[in-house]
Amino acid sequence: MGHELRFLLNNTEIRLTEAGSRDTLLDFLRLNRRLTGTKEGCAEGDCGACTVLVGRLHEGRLHYEPINACIRFLASCHGCHIVTVEHLRGADGGLHPVQAAMVEHHGSQCGFCTPGFVMALYGLWMQNPRPDMLAIETALQGNLCRCTGYEPIVKAAFAASEAGGQHMDALTVERDRVAAALQAIPAERVEVSRGEDRAILPADAADLAQVLAENPKATIVAGATDVGLWVTKFLRDISPAVFIGHLADLKRIEIAEDRVTIGAGVTYTEFEPFLRQHFPEAEDYWLRIGGWQVRNAGTIGGNVANGSPIGETPPLLIALGATLRLRSAEGTRELPIEDYFIEYGKQDRRPGEFVEAITVPLKGEAKIAAYKVSKRHHADITASAAAFRVETDGATIIDARVAFGGMAATPKRATQAEAALKGQPFTAETFEAAARAVAGDFQPLSDWRASKEYRQQLAANFFRRFWLEQQGADHRLRRVE
Amino acid sequence: MKQDVFVKGAAHTPIIHDSAVKHVTGQADYTDDLLEPVGTLHAYLGLSTVAHGRIVSMDLDAVRKAPGVHLVLTAADIPGHNDISPTGLHDEPLLAEDEVQFHGQPIFAVVAETRDQARRACQLARVEYEELPFAIDAISARDAGLGYVTKPLKLKRGDMAEMERAPRRMSGRLTVGGQEHFYLESQIAFSIPGEDDEVTVNVSTQHPSEVQHMVAHVLGVPSNAVVVNVRRMGGGFGGKESQMNPFACISALAAKKLKRAVKLRPDRDDDFSITGKRHDFVIDYEVGYDETGKIHAVDADFYARCGFSSDLSGPVTDRALFHADNAYYYPAVELRSHPMKTNTSSNTAFRGFGGPQGVVMAERIVEDIAYQLGRDPLEIRKLNLYQNGQLTPYHQEVEDQILPRIFEELEASSDYHARRQAVLDFNARAQEQGGAIRKGIALTPVKFGISFTATWYNQAGALIHIYSDGSIHLNHGGTEMGQGLNTKVAQVVAEALGVSIDRIRITKTTTEKVPNTSATAASSGSDLNGMAALDACRQLIERLTAFASEAKGVPPELVSIGETVQIGQEEMPFEDFIKTAYLARIQLSAAGFYKTPKIHWNRDTGQGRPFYYFAYGAACSEVSVDTLTGEYVIERADVLHDVGRSLNPALDKGQVEGAFVQGTGWLTSEELWWDQKGRLRTHAPSTYKIPLASDRPKVFNVALADWSVNREATIKRSKAVGEPPFMLGISVFQALNMAVASFNGYRENPRIDAPATPERVLMAIERLRP
Repeated sequence: MGHELRFLLNNTEIRLTEAGSRDTLLDFLRLNRRLTGTKEGCAEGDCGACTVLVGRLHEGRLHYEPINACIRFLASCHGCHIVTVEHLRGADGGLHPVQAAMVEHHGSQCGFCTPGFVMALYGLWMQNPRPDMLAIETALQGNLCRCTGYEPIVKAAFAASEAGGQHMDALTVERDRVAAALQAIPAERVEVSRGEDRAILPADAADLAQVLAENPKATIVAGATDVGLWVTKFLRDISPAVFIGHLADLKRIEIAEDRVTIGAGVTYTEFEPFLRQHFPEAEDYWLRIGGWQVRNAGTIGGNVANGSPIGETPPLLIALGATLRLRSAEGTRELPIEDYFIEYGKQDRRPGEFVEAITVPLKGEAKIAAYKVSKRHHADITASAAAFRVETDGATIIDARVAFGGMAATPKRATQAEAALKGQPFTAETFEAAARAVAGDFQPLSDWRASKEYRQQLAANFFRRFWLEQQGADHRLRRVE
Repeated sequence: MKQDVFVKGAAHTPIIHDSAVKHVTGQADYTDDLLEPVGTLHAYLGLSTVAHGRIVSMDLDAVRKAPGVHLVLTAADIPGHNDISPTGLHDEPLLAEDEVQFHGQPIFAVVAETRDQARRACQLARVEYEELPFAIDAISARDAGLGYVTKPLKLKRGDMAEMERAPRRMSGRLTVGGQEHFYLESQIAFSIPGEDDEVTVNVSTQHPSEVQHMVAHVLGVPSNAVVVNVRRMGGGFGGKESQMNPFACISALAAKKLKRAVKLRPDRDDDFSITGKRHDFVIDYEVGYDETGKIHAVDADFYARCGFSSDLSGPVTDRALFHADNAYYYPAVELRSHPMKTNTSSNTAFRGFGGPQGVVMAERIVEDIAYQLGRDPLEIRKLNLYQNGQLTPYHQEVEDQILPRIFEELEASSDYHARRQAVLDFNARAQEQGGAIRKGIALTPVKFGISFTATWYNQAGALIHIYSDGSIHLNHGGTEMGQGLNTKVAQVVAEALGVSIDRIRITKTTTEKVPNTSATAASSGSDLNGMAALDACRQLIERLTAFASEAKGVPPELVSIGETVQIGQEEMPFEDFIKTAYLARIQLSAAGFYKTPKIHWNRDTGQGRPFYYFAYGAACSEVSVDTLTGEYVIERADVLHDVGRSLNPALDKGQVEGAFVQGTGWLTSEELWWDQKGRLRTHAPSTYKIPLASDRPKVFNVALADWSVNREATIKRSKAVGEPPFMLGISVFQALNMAVASFNGYRENPRIDAPATPERVLMAIERLRP
């Protein structure tokens, strides 16, 4: 077992023997290293002013992704390369093409959000040398600017792509050296602490089961897009915290003939290509989960395990008929995913257990859809969300699974509405009947995201929308034609 | 003698923001980035957890004993006045004493080794309250008899009997929501104690002089003991005109008590809870009009949620009345403000300063008339536009009307008429075929009065040094919050002195260099400080010209100062000339001053000329609405905006674009929501939703009316730009309303209240759906 956190920060190798579970990467950068280019705007992963790149090895390759340093725990940086705005240089030591484009297009006004935008655009520029408008807007979902109205920033993104130069970029040139340095960090269990505050990084999934057997009350932290806020906003103690985001055996995605099995540590971004291939109807829904930085950090397993009634993946996974595999030192068990959510704040996860994987049946001939509504289209929390999986023989509905988020204390199937669909003719009238029936399924709350009445209206309208879309008509708003 | 040579960075050129390179490299220092002296401590505020109550007991023992804690401050520790009311009404304690008046009011402060320790220690306080009745919104406050926080205003002109005589009358109620500033850099102050009673406060503020006065007032020391510095803010928007006061005062107080540097930076959630926002209004209006759509009379009551204290609510609610006409002539008018006291944080300045709320009402009235008469609202707008010579409700004559030309050009460039027809056709098809998308389009104007209505604020100072090596140090009383003020003023100086802008170093704003400054607010930054800097340049040029003329025996007309100084036939580089002037003991420093001419305002009579001039603009926006969810996108926005002769077209365009999107956010996704206990639940970007890149118009054509020249002698004939384009977002609001109105054949105005969240849009659709 190691007792040292090891990672690369720009050009520097960092080794820390003292660190607490609550230490954030942002505080480390600003307070310990005086890298003040990275800003704190919100401390909850919603504004992007603290965006940095995290490079990590995935299946032998080094990937860089923008994440929010404010809710990234320092312990979870073990084995990573952290790149801050101070590290950006052009090949000639001057401005990087992304920076130069931001200057030339007047992409900064007050400048406080700017380093975060630069880092998100840098991540995009590396990954996608020819982004279109949709790719740019998607990459900027996690960055707020209050001054410019974004137009010059989007122009700068296009200009940076025109400028090119990826092959000369420092991170490209240095890729092998960095990869080798990260590879040299041994894959062993690491535990560090500050006083009583402990952070544990298991060596692999089996070791995770062991760690949890030893520490059944530990807080399991994957992407920290929610647990981060427990610390930054609610000042909660999470020690001992077990960090699992780095575990390669929880990051596997396995496709079989009729199902896909998703490791609990797979991030939203990592699953995106598979989703696009197998469930293209849910792509828009998927890209409404958080912003880019959140999707790069947050995991599907975490979203499920957390049990929140407003998580995006549970309605979709429930509708698709997914099963959950839980593991502990004693072994594994599987259950239908909807059975995991018992009541608000209570899930069927026993002490020592962790979510290991989620298995989702492929859709086959079923018609599927996923809808979400929120006050703002992107990077907002669900007011109401629904996912549909409907099987027909052409004329009659054979099976229907419809699950909702934001409508009850847990993600939940609409059983009355499902009953109104099953065995009925596949017609507008049937979906109209289901739209009426769903009123009996839920008694939603009124809060700052939506009133009860609005949520109920949305729930009904989702059925109408589903039917309309089955008619082949395009009834959705589009950002890009 | 006028120089013809090209001056790098001269006025009217689109140069980049002076800090742009520092912004993109992370090298621009904000207050939290300044190097901390050894031993710097961190303060945090303990906040009220009830909306209104008497403090029965406050047990801070556990707070004092918490790890790292050095000091706990309560009202009893304030040596001077426990009051930070910016208008001298003594209604705003720095720390609450016996009574708390809103959820989130600061009641004590903790100073500890680290910010985390101070913040955690605050949680350990045990405060018992006797809860008292409270009111959160303006109407319930009125009904509960909470009264006004400051004196209301009435504007009246013409014979209100016109209302009775008008062929048609209509009344309505409009609710228009507030807005959180959401400056990306939250409030922060960082104080360093000096000798005797001195203290230096580094603070993110639009109003350094205000901080100076407040800190002096709280510490009980004269203003000359307090130095306030600000290099730049990470956004202000009005939220740092008075709202930085508690943070600055606590950090200064703690620094003096402990003789250590003390920094205070609230978490974003606490910033939301403590500080005031844009005032939301409930406006009850009545309009008399005729069959042609001409307005005869307007009568309105403006109820504003002001919060627990007056702050700037007097001038804000005044400005709502000043802009309740927007661009339209009301032959008879009576407008009354009701600045209601509520148990919420004290609402404050925000881009437009009440004006936008007034403008929304004017545009609602236009819509009401148009829908009643079955006309295009644009026709009603044109019919009622001011003509030069007509009087506003505050009896100022409109003399510079340019909206007819702006309309004409924008109608053409946006292809308004054809697109409106296309929208009507699209909606008719959707109605027939059951499509889920509806569209709307609107073209709305803005006319915005420029000047502080507090006439004495319309003054400014600047200080320019030329060092003996020819480098120039520029300082003025304005503050930089991203708007590019420093760049613009430097451009004015470069042109006036005929030297390259590269010679000019822009420096932090400090009360040590220019005293008694006004807030950088009311869009007035470059108008005032540009003129003050120009005055300093004039003095320097006069002195240098007289020196050259005398030294070389050449008439002054043949002397020209610039990168190359010309004295008759002789030429010499600027730095050589300056060196000569220095050796000849010529004063190479000048303090400039400016006060806006012509303006006067009598609040008691409601008459005067509060505004030096008006800035104009218009926008045409088209939206698509998803009628199953209420969500929408802005398909296209075309803007034509008047900045007079632009000092910097690139920076001005940036202001217009940014203001448009911010104004749109105010009227669409930005919603403030309090729970039953009076606690603000939209208190961070997770719950309070400002626009994203994917919310901006899909097609966004922004142009400046480059033919416009300010008819008043402003700096280089430019016009102020910060606030006016904010109101162009109203075009989006009205376009949404039109899309909804398609559900009943446009027969009546759906009257969606602001913000038009997807929820409000869908519920309005469901109300009208046949």
